[in-house]
Amino acid sequence: MALTREQIAGIAYLARLDLTPGEAPVYQESLSRILDFVGQLARVDTASVAPMAHPLAGLAQRLRADQVTETDHHEQYQANAPTVAAGLYLVPKVIE
Amino acid sequence: MSELHGMGLVELAAGLKARRFSSVEVTEAHLARIERAQGELNAFISVTREQALAQARAADAALAAGRGGALAGIPIAHKDIFCTQGVRTTCGSRMLENFVSPYDATVVQKLQAAGAVMVGKTNMDEFAMGSSNETSYYGPVRNPWDPKLVPGGSSGGSAAAVAARLVPGATATDTGGSIRQPAALCGITGLKPTYGRVSRYGMVAFASSLDQGGVLTVSAADAALMLGEMAGFDPRDSTSVDTPVPDYQAQLRQPLTGLKVGLLKEFFDKGLDADNEQRVRDALRVYEGLGAKLTEVSLPNLPLSVPVYYVVAPAECSSNLARFDGVRFGHRCDKPRDLMDLYCRSRGEGFGAEVKRRIMTGTYVLSAGYYDAYYLKAQRVRALINADFVRAFQQVDVLIGPTTPTPAFALGAKTADPITMYLNDIYTIGANLAGLPAISVPCGLVRGLPVGLQIVGPHFAEARVLSVAHALQQVTDWHRRVPEGWA
Amino acid sequence: MSGAGRETAWETVIGLEIHAQLATQSKIFSGSATTYGAAPNAQANLVDLGYPGVLPVLNAAAVRMAVKLGLALDAKIAARSVFARKNYFYPDLPKGYQISQYELPIVAQGQLTIVLEDGTYKRIGVTRAHLEEDAGKSLHEGLPGVTGIDLNRAGTPLVEIVSEPEMRSAREAVAYMKKMHTLVRYLEICDGNMQEGSFRCDANVSVRRVGETKFGTRAEIKNLNSFRFVERAINYEVQRQIELLESGGKVVQETRLYDPDKGETRSMRSKEEANDYRYFPDPDLLPVELDTAFIESVRAELPELPDARSARLAGQYGLSAYDAGVLTASRELADYYEETVRLAPQDPKLAANWVMGELSAALNRDNLAVDSGRLPAARLAGLLTRITDQTISGKIAKEVFEAMWADGASADEIISARGLKQITDTSAIERVIDEVMAKSPAQLADYRAGKDKLFGFFVGQVMKATGGKANPAQLNELLRRKLGGG
Repeated sequence: MALTREQIAGIAYLARLDLTPGEAPVYQESLSRILDFVGQLARVDTASVAPMAHPLAGLAQRLRADQVTETDHHEQYQANAPTVAAGLYLVPKVIE
Repeated sequence: MSELHGMGLVELAAGLKARRFSSVEVTEAHLARIERAQGELNAFISVTREQALAQARAADAALAAGRGGALAGIPIAHKDIFCTQGVRTTCGSRMLENFVSPYDATVVQKLQAAGAVMVGKTNMDEFAMGSSNETSYYGPVRNPWDPKLVPGGSSGGSAAAVAARLVPGATATDTGGSIRQPAALCGITGLKPTYGRVSRYGMVAFASSLDQGGVLTVSAADAALMLGEMAGFDPRDSTSVDTPVPDYQAQLRQPLTGLKVGLLKEFFDKGLDADNEQRVRDALRVYEGLGAKLTEVSLPNLPLSVPVYYVVAPAECSSNLARFDGVRFGHRCDKPRDLMDLYCRSRGEGFGAEVKRRIMTGTYVLSAGYYDAYYLKAQRVRALINADFVRAFQQVDVLIGPTTPTPAFALGAKTADPITMYLNDIYTIGANLAGLPAISVPCGLVRGLPVGLQIVGPHFAEARVLSVAHALQQVTDWHRRVPEGWA
Repeated sequence: MSGAGRETAWETVIGLEIHAQLATQSKIFSGSATTYGAAPNAQANLVDLGYPGVLPVLNAAAVRMAVKLGLALDAKIAARSVFARKNYFYPDLPKGYQISQYELPIVAQGQLTIVLEDGTYKRIGVTRAHLEEDAGKSLHEGLPGVTGIDLNRAGTPLVEIVSEPEMRSAREAVAYMKKMHTLVRYLEICDGNMQEGSFRCDANVSVRRVGETKFGTRAEIKNLNSFRFVERAINYEVQRQIELLESGGKVVQETRLYDPDKGETRSMRSKEEANDYRYFPDPDLLPVELDTAFIESVRAELPELPDARSARLAGQYGLSAYDAGVLTASRELADYYEETVRLAPQDPKLAANWVMGELSAALNRDNLAVDSGRLPAARLAGLLTRITDQTISGKIAKEVFEAMWADGASADEIISARGLKQITDTSAIERVIDEVMAKSPAQLADYRAGKDKLFGFFVGQVMKATGGKANPAQLNELLRRKLGGG
């Protein structure tokens, strides 16, 4: 499963990762090899097997009572934010 | 006070309760060792001296008043993947270089409630993605047995710290072997509990359906003590299981007479180092001597665990790490031109090479046209592997095999080829895919380096796994071996 | 719509995706409040912000509400439904994924009946309804060069209700949306506040030649938050597609935005680029399993639903289907009506006319809700009682109503304070008639010479002289007799 340079660029775009010109061929090579490696799964007969999304089969989602338990801590939470103003997180202008 | 650092958790707890020494003394002794070792081992990312001493003084006051929890006054370290309020939590990444969590992970909270004193945060592979601790932004950790060698990963800092007796115990996490593999390579005891046994709340997620918090200690008895304080239901984690936590310490001394031990046939494969295999077989003979009945058990789909893992874990990680976008926390690139630039550069700069590789692999296997062929296929094969384990535990009480194929390898030896590195986890990943409890205990030396024996049990059989490990440690002293220079 | 020929040549196909915000106290996966209008990010906790290490736990009330909706839509409630992650990057989406349901939604295969303009009924299929979390808000105004992100709305529970592509006109789409709006408010699972975005929809619109069995390429118009916009946006879009196709062009499958100022839809190409949501089951959440006992306990809580109530009102009070439909369009209006009739049971049709007429007009004028308390049902009932017992005429009643509306007094207080009590004393009315006849000899002569139309003139003069208080029926009878010389 050899990935093309364009596919690597497409994956990096979907994942929002800037790759340097040096990194792209490295990932092209290693991702292709990883896909070859995991590709051996295709040979396994799983026709009648349900996918297992979770290690503890048979457990169901627990439900939380509908109660407000939180208070306003936005200043504390925003201490980690690169840029904020008037309680808002700021990003470069988003054009709709 | 030089003997203080050699004691395990159980011994320290007894000494502190009896007031033979104070928590401040114990904590100072360990802090001094941590600070001395830092240049050589790089086991810590943060050392919290002042906080630790304040906690130690509080513990001493509690102990003097006849109070204090099971771990009152005992210094421990947390893997830097657990969020700690007011203390930087980096996850080994540049992305979180300046991240200070506004909250404590449940594990951190529970251990603090038990009286444990946090002395610092340990180094780790970036976002727990690695098997050698070489992917940390904060530099590799070195193996106390030989600084040219890796300690294993991703919990390499915690493992090296316990092995060098910098702390008597440390928290760790295990997604594909990240507790057991470094435990084996550093000659200590490492327990990964059943998925759902220890809360994941506050543990920075790598692969949510595989991640599980656990412990690294010198002995199984110490692990039993520490796990007892960490485990338990957490209403903030939907995948946490509401089952009572047994008294692991009280159940340590179960006789092995009649215990059905399954030899994991697939683990004794061609990749297993002959000397390593010999040490494992030596331990199995010890078990036979203790009355256990050995049978070979085959799990035919188990060799597929590595390819399954390298689809499932990257898929989950690609989504889990999307929150690191330079907006609310974490690294943000300088002067972003626009939103796209903000995302791509912040993430491109903030993540290291292996993390990016896994994010990209995961993005690909979930994308349109490939989801069925990779992700769904892997989850189906995962079900086959799980079924193998279910069948095996109908025949035997525990499964035993090696933890790793070889002892510790040299720094840089496997960084060039990701697949070679991935295959280092070949014996540990199965337990994560099936969510099973598994422990690695030292079972001998190979060319002067420790190797581990892995004991896997059925869901929630931590007590059994610990007692089987403890039995070996009652008749052997491999776990008491301290690397040269660190005694 | 222009050109009758076009309308016969083309058929419109519409499917709606309605997003209804569930009326829970706390968010779907965290304990943050969902109150509207808080200071920026004051209601965004660690889970809503997607902080490292945090985990979601599902709100029981959100599940209950989704099940309620499913039962009201006569749908299948899934014994096992699964949350999935929809992955995409956007600043108002903190985790980089939205927790939603994909392959296994909680509700599937329901239906909703709408009334068409000609009075016939049409059943619209509801493909599915699933639970998901809302995103935050991006604010652009007043922030030069930057966008501000407020995550208070992030994590608010939504139910997305997806219809089959079974609507054939903008009017049908609006009728469907209105009916769904009525339903969620009856069920008390959504406040229905469209201005605040609690109830909004995306419309999938396509056209095809009449007789064609395959669907045309559709465009998705995003985020329509008023019934009027839904109608206008769809009509514009239909016209655009027809013109495009008739001039040899092709409709592109894309997301479009409706601009209410310009009255047109436009392409949102910026959001379109290479979306690949990479859905997969959320490993932080387990399958939601609902047993029959749970589903039945929810069913037991269901109120009388709009269709049933409308039918009951029509039968019980002798109302037309149309009137019963109007009165049951909201649960509050229907409650008001029934309370009024309970207190003034003499003439339910009269009550219906007043509730749909004067009352609704006054509420609209002052932009008030029927349950605002401005005019309690007991007050209106008091007024209706005075009409039916002939204390006042219908005309005077309107004056009394306005006074009640303005100052909050009861009908009786106003009638007595203003002396509006109807004159029903025959001799008193006769006295006024005599005076009027004496003052208008010319008109009297003309009337008697055959100018029947002048009857009205005399009615007016008597009403004027009595301040409108003469009982109209009595007045008519007496006047006819006297003018005729009797």
